Amino acid sequence: MKYPLLASLVATTALTAQMASADTLRLLTWGGYAPEEVIAKFEEETGHTVEVTTSNNEEMIAKLRATNGGGFDLAQPSQDRITSAQEEFGIYKPIDMSRVESDLFIPSMLSATAKNTTFDGEVYGLPHVWGTSGLVVNTAEAPEVTDYTDLCSDAVAGKVSYRLKRPTLIGFAYSMGLDPFAAYGDTEAYQGILDQVEEALTACKPNVKTYWDGGDEIKNLLRSGEVTAAMAWDTGGWQLNADNADITFVAPEAGALGWIDTFALPARGRADDAAYAWINFVMRPEIAAMITNTAGNFTAAVDGDGGVDAELKARYQASFDQAAIDNIKWYPPVPAGLEALEGETLDRINAAN
Amino acid sequence: MASDTSKLGFYLLLAPILLWLALLILLPHVGLFLVSISEKIGPREYETGFGNYSAFFTEPLYWRTFARTAIMSILATALTLLLGFPIAYYIAKITRGRTKTTLFLMCMIPFWVSELVRTFGWMILLRETGVFSQFLQWAGLVSGPVEMLYNDAAIMVGLVYTSILFMVVPLVTTLDSLDDSLIEAGYDLGGTTTAVMREIVIPHAMPGIVSGCIVVFMLSLGNYLTPILLGGKDSLWFTGMIYTQFITRFNWELGSAFGFLLLALSSLVVFLGLKLSGRSLSETMGRS
Amino acid sequence: MTETTPDLAPSDLECRDLVKEFSEFRAVDGVSFDVPQGSFFSILGPSGCGKTTLLRMIAGFQSPTSGDLLIKGRSMIGVPPNKRPVSMVFQHLALFPTMNIGENVGFGLRQRGVARAEIKRRVGEVLERVGLPGVSERRVDQLSGGQKQRVAIARCMVLEPDVLLLDEPLGALDLKLREHMKVELKALQAAFNTTFVYITHDQSEALVMSDNIAVMNKGRFEQIGTPQEVYHAPRTAFVAGFVGDANRIPVQVVDATGGTLTLKTGGGAPLKLDAAAQGSADWRPGQRAEVFLRPEAVDLLPAGSEQAEAANMVPGVVDAVLFNGANSTVTVRASDGSLMTAALPQTGVLAALRKGDAVTTRWHPSQARCYPVAEG
Repeated sequence: MKYPLLASLVATTALTAQMASADTLRLLTWGGYAPEEVIAKFEEETGHTVEVTTSNNEEMIAKLRATNGGGFDLAQPSQDRITSAQEEFGIYKPIDMSRVESDLFIPSMLSATAKNTTFDGEVYGLPHVWGTSGLVVNTAEAPEVTDYTDLCSDAVAGKVSYRLKRPTLIGFAYSMGLDPFAAYGDTEAYQGILDQVEEALTACKPNVKTYWDGGDEIKNLLRSGEVTAAMAWDTGGWQLNADNADITFVAPEAGALGWIDTFALPARGRADDAAYAWINFVMRPEIAAMITNTAGNFTAAVDGDGGVDAELKARYQASFDQAAIDNIKWYPPVPAGLEALEGETLDRINAAN
Repeated sequence: MASDTSKLGFYLLLAPILLWLALLILLPHVGLFLVSISEKIGPREYETGFGNYSAFFTEPLYWRTFARTAIMSILATALTLLLGFPIAYYIAKITRGRTKTTLFLMCMIPFWVSELVRTFGWMILLRETGVFSQFLQWAGLVSGPVEMLYNDAAIMVGLVYTSILFMVVPLVTTLDSLDDSLIEAGYDLGGTTTAVMREIVIPHAMPGIVSGCIVVFMLSLGNYLTPILLGGKDSLWFTGMIYTQFITRFNWELGSAFGFLLLALSSLVVFLGLKLSGRSLSETMGRS
Repeated sequence: MTETTPDLAPSDLECRDLVKEFSEFRAVDGVSFDVPQGSFFSILGPSGCGKTTLLRMIAGFQSPTSGDLLIKGRSMIGVPPNKRPVSMVFQHLALFPTMNIGENVGFGLRQRGVARAEIKRRVGEVLERVGLPGVSERRVDQLSGGQKQRVAIARCMVLEPDVLLLDEPLGALDLKLREHMKVELKALQAAFNTTFVYITHDQSEALVMSDNIAVMNKGRFEQIGTPQEVYHAPRTAFVAGFVGDANRIPVQVVDATGGTLTLKTGGGAPLKLDAAAQGSADWRPGQRAEVFLRPEAVDLLPAGSEQAEAANMVPGVVDAVLFNGANSTVTVRASDGSLMTAALPQTGVLAALRKGDAVTTRWHPSQARCYPVAEG
């Protein structure tokens, strides 16, 4: 997950002559997932034109819901958000695996994503970029922060920030020794977990400087030293690490939360040819590396890390040893209706004084 | 025959306005209302009812945020008026010629950048490592960094700053139309400055005051960015809540109900404001 | 009264060598005058002559650069407008549109903290005195121009000011109403017996209403006197030209001996004036001067009438007849081409005068005024 700024529209038009089958691909994606150089190469090679709209998970679903799955030809929601949205709103159409060059994908990720995005026997998602959220810590100022609940310790009082969103609830739950993903199917058990987390987060409230909203906001807070420990995405930590060696991403002891952003076809998309062409294009190892270099996260492409910047690799390896990688908690699909429970919990935390 | 043609012409001229009203205002609101009275009972299953509205009244967080937003907007409007009136009076009545134009333009300069940039500007000033905090430390007034961001006062500053132009412009317009000789006559007849302000200037500026207040109140009530960015952990704003319902909770039904309640609230406050100032809406909008 | 008359009773208003300088120019330049109690004093001058600045200094909206200003013997320097015992009727009346008539008139009394019942009584009284009983509840825009005028005066008079200042209040009215209001203003002034200081650029307003007129030009008073003095014995060429109509004849002095001033026009025609009637006696032959002659001082002798030899008789031809009822005039062209305007009585034989008719103009040497023209 990248920077959920309010949607900004980047439209790129190719001046080259178009082939007869040329289409316009309206891509609904995250910032950094469609770099201009990649678009230029794609347009040159296929003759298709790409229009990019950057967004985040919630806005993607809201936009597609508003048009019943129209307006875009390819979207990139996280894998755990596909089936519930499909069940509720029917905004996607199934992937035709015969049109995907499946050997470009790391097989384990392809099958895991297929499993997680299956609804009514049809597969709706292909893996693209993956990453984690965990802790971004100024290791010089707050070395003791190694887990989510450490954000509530007195040592960092007033210098902590996190989002008031569902990853925070889940991260804290794991850190408190609970297993929220296991309770996904059991509403009562899940509500019990939420109640405990609510108590912890309400008690933690005085420690928090502010609940951050946008990626730039949390980076500013950390860079200026106003915040020394935060719950945030791995790429944010690595970007800050480039400027200040003390700040970096720390995989929490309870486990980083792993997400995979996918390719999904909006139900009323008009340019399926261009969409499949784009998927097969960006999964090529050299293109995948270009995307990793701009987005800061690795992809599900076979050999996709080959051409990746050495510094980024080094930062990734510093944050994740093998044990940390094994400990990543991958988001399972969110059952429909769960978000309502979480929403009420978040509201109560927000309102508590 | 002739009257038939002129009637036709009248309706033809009226058509664009009616279409505009129907398509851009009436229709979306009808749609919104229909959404707001449907209750979700399962995936893709809805039934009609006022459950969303009752949810608003039974959940304290919702109506408290609602009341808080209204009170803070009224406060912001009052502050904007207190601050804007002397500025407008100075521009309209004290300065002349080029100074006047320059001052008027200076009021507008902040509006040449987007609201986001303006709000970020305030964040740079108010934050713990920001300009004000460092100045206070440099001046020796405080010993450590001070956090001025993330509280209700910061929201107030942001709201007043964002909306002051919309108060100053109608005030300058109405004050400009106040003949200087009326003010002089007030003094000539023995009035003190207070009396002249109260009995002559303010009654004359009333249409401007009321329309300025309506606009500022609406802007504050409907503001989204400023409370989100400048506000603190407890600084909830009703528009933020609507956004949350629509976008992150996928709960369009409750969001629509909230939208309607906000519409009702703003209409109610404007109505009360007009009643209190003893004016009618058409009079206010027509004369300012 | 004039500034020369010694008067021991304190004047209502007295100005001593009043000067107002703005950055670029001197708007009021050493003006001195006093106005006795109960008189109607007009300041007459063209626009830009400084009369408005002078009035605003009296009201207190501007402070003089130097000089003194006294009301009832008390210096007003440094006294703000709301503390001065003067009231002003503004050019556009400045009635408060947000108040009704009663509130307008009662404004000043409210500022003084007069009890409400007392205000109501006094407002009713003053409105009755200006001939508008029972209009208290009306809105300003429900009154006619003349009624507004009277309300504006009532609003000031209810405060019983020592001096009432009027800033061309008749300017915005149509002609008929203006003529009517002239008479009415004068009557109101007499009825209230308050000192009025009235500024105007309209000489007829000043002449009709005033006890005394000051003619102002370029920041200075050219002359102070009764309407008759100012009209018949203008002290300067400016006054002669500004107050009333006059034929203006550029001349050269020929001879100034023996009680008669002999002049010649540009065309060479001789003119004779009574030297005693002139303000100046210091004439040199060859000096350039200007003669001012009122149209009503010119006699018209139609062709064929008895024409006894007399001074200042010039035969000519009617160039144009300007019919304007009782104010009709005729322009006569002399043989040297010079034009002379004469009043044309609409009675008797002259009423039939037509363009092209032969006619002789004649005027008495005592009727014209001559002023030296500044050399250079």
